[in-house]
Amino acid sequence: MSHILRIENLHVSVNDKPILRGVNLVIKFGETHALMGPNGSGKSTLGLAIAGHPNYQITEGSIWLDDANLTEMEADERSRAGIFMAFQRPVAIPGVKMADFLRHAATNVRQPDRKEGQDLIPMREFRKELKSKMEQLKMDPEFARRYVNDGFSGGEMKRAEILTMAMLSPKFSILDETDSGLDADAVRLASASIAEIGRDKMGLLIITHHDKLLEHNPPQFTHVMLGGRIVETGGAELARELHDQGYDRIRKAYPDAEAANQQMLAKEEPVAV
Amino acid sequence: MTTSTLTDRLGSLETFNQSALDRFLEKRIDPLWLSAKRKEAWEIYQSLDWPNPRDENWMRSDIRGLKLSKFAPNVDESTQIASGSPVRLLDGVDVSASARSVNGVVVSETLDEKLSAKGVVVGSLSRCAREHSGIVEKHLHSLICPKSDRFAALQTAMWSDGFLVYVPRNVRIELPIHLHAALGDGQVDLSHTLIVLEEGAEATVLFESSSPDPMASGFHCGGVELIQHGNSHLRYVNLQDWGKGSWHFAHQRASVGRDAQLQWTVAAMGSRFAQVDQRVQLVEPGASSQVNGVMFTQDRQHLVYNTLQHHNAPHCNSDFLYKSVLQDRSRTVWRGMIKVSPGAQKTDGYQRNDNLMLSDAARADSIPGLEINADDVRCTHGSTSGRVDEELIFYAQSRGFTRSEAIRMIVTGFFQQIFDRITIESVREALGAAIARQVRQYE
Repeated sequence: MSHILRIENLHVSVNDKPILRGVNLVIKFGETHALMGPNGSGKSTLGLAIAGHPNYQITEGSIWLDDANLTEMEADERSRAGIFMAFQRPVAIPGVKMADFLRHAATNVRQPDRKEGQDLIPMREFRKELKSKMEQLKMDPEFARRYVNDGFSGGEMKRAEILTMAMLSPKFSILDETDSGLDADAVRLASASIAEIGRDKMGLLIITHHDKLLEHNPPQFTHVMLGGRIVETGGAELARELHDQGYDRIRKAYPDAEAANQQMLAKEEPVAV
Repeated sequence: MTTSTLTDRLGSLETFNQSALDRFLEKRIDPLWLSAKRKEAWEIYQSLDWPNPRDENWMRSDIRGLKLSKFAPNVDESTQIASGSPVRLLDGVDVSASARSVNGVVVSETLDEKLSAKGVVVGSLSRCAREHSGIVEKHLHSLICPKSDRFAALQTAMWSDGFLVYVPRNVRIELPIHLHAALGDGQVDLSHTLIVLEEGAEATVLFESSSPDPMASGFHCGGVELIQHGNSHLRYVNLQDWGKGSWHFAHQRASVGRDAQLQWTVAAMGSRFAQVDQRVQLVEPGASSQVNGVMFTQDRQHLVYNTLQHHNAPHCNSDFLYKSVLQDRSRTVWRGMIKVSPGAQKTDGYQRNDNLMLSDAARADSIPGLEINADDVRCTHGSTSGRVDEELIFYAQSRGFTRSEAIRMIVTGFFQQIFDRITIESVREALGAAIARQVRQYE
């Protein structure tokens, strides 16, 4: 299998305020990319723009999955096309059980042409699959009966997102700070889970401040974002450097981007998700 | 609008008048006590005005569109038409008894012989008023006062028929009893439901109302009385699904005795306008009541529920949860009151109303209230109203749900808390399916 996610000159605004100012990025199926950068540099914005959040307006540029132009699709169509994003703070859906939610989601993603009201994956078959995935991820079976993200701890939310990813087998996954707020053991488990699902079975974009997740999932490419642009790209060693030494070198080397970053931070308002 | 114009419009009708009453009484074969009660209520009806729109109970009710003169009391039984009104609560359910009315007159009754031998009575209230006069005389309109308002007076005077369920002492009926009321277009239903559980009795009653034409415009002015003596258990389900052009006025009352338990599930989906006055009185220590209310409205439907949980005795428990989902330009009003009488110590009262609006034009009024006259009680209440959260929709969409599927799922989840409380599986399923059918396509 060979798929390519191609982001070309992407400009994105939120509430008419420009956040991304020309992002170019190519991820091939089977590759792991790290996206790093200081607060407010636009990392999550890139993820949400790829996933299709309606508040993130694409003002210029495009996102391609193979021959399909994602920018013309709704979020659900992108999901069915093979895009997945593990959210930093996924929302709770009270009254909807994880198992029912995942069964519906998996059916739609696996049968992209399914019409509303048509049959879902048979219950027995789905339960068996869910059970085995949950065992693989060392999750309590009780989890499937809980309401989606409702009252979940930080660690449970992240694991639920990884479970969802495992059930949907996307072509490309964006992990938005899947390691934040987790203790060392939880990060190890999350990292191992991602490795277990198979990094070679998808393209991965790991958004992170830290390098914990990257220790277990070493990236082939590391991108540094500043002021809404990718200013530098390197290998795994760049991720290590940024973790050890911070962003001072980057900020000095790209004063224009740094100025834009400061400007965005100054007027940053709480943005959803 | 002033009171007088409303009175003019509703009161100047030729249809519900003295000669209609005389003709109605002439056709009936009622015991003397009942005829007397009807005449007394008629006097009250004549002395009362229609509800004043400034009255707290009616100020959020718009009944200007009601043209009572379009309806006539159902005197002549030959107007009864057997109709294809949908029945939703019977799927996969075995019943111990059933009865059915068309336009407020019972047309069929069945009852398991074994139950009949134990003294259980189920069926036409008119028939039972003659054949079981003692039971009916003792309980009928014992909780509903004709002076409550003009609709109550009219119903007390001219109730046409309805259902009696009587369960004698210590008789436990395992299988549900099913009652169905059908109301045709342009027709009138002035029926009454009377359920009496003697000490230690147990029963499940599934009551549903519907119309052959989903848009039928009928007039229902009814009463429900649930009377529970000590240690009895009643599960009462009321699915109101009248045609969406119908007018629905009802006084619904329960009286719960010592250590008795009531679970009352209300699903309001039908009618163009509904005004329901629902009161549960906890009259002896240890009585407990749970009310689960589901409202789902669309188009220009306007449903008004005034509920009262009245603690008249110590150590009682009441738990009311109403949830509504509103589409289009529909409107719901929920006004809840927990009233604790002096001496009703150790009361545990809870009331909550949550509303989810699927359109900008929908409106939900939620007015919880407490009136507490005892000092050692625990009463809590709360309400929420909001639009469906776009972040939830996006999250579901990012997992492959269409927008429409996402909204449907969020609505189902919103009601789940109520479904979790409903202990009868077939009712849960029937309500879930009825709601899912009504959720519109959202693009």
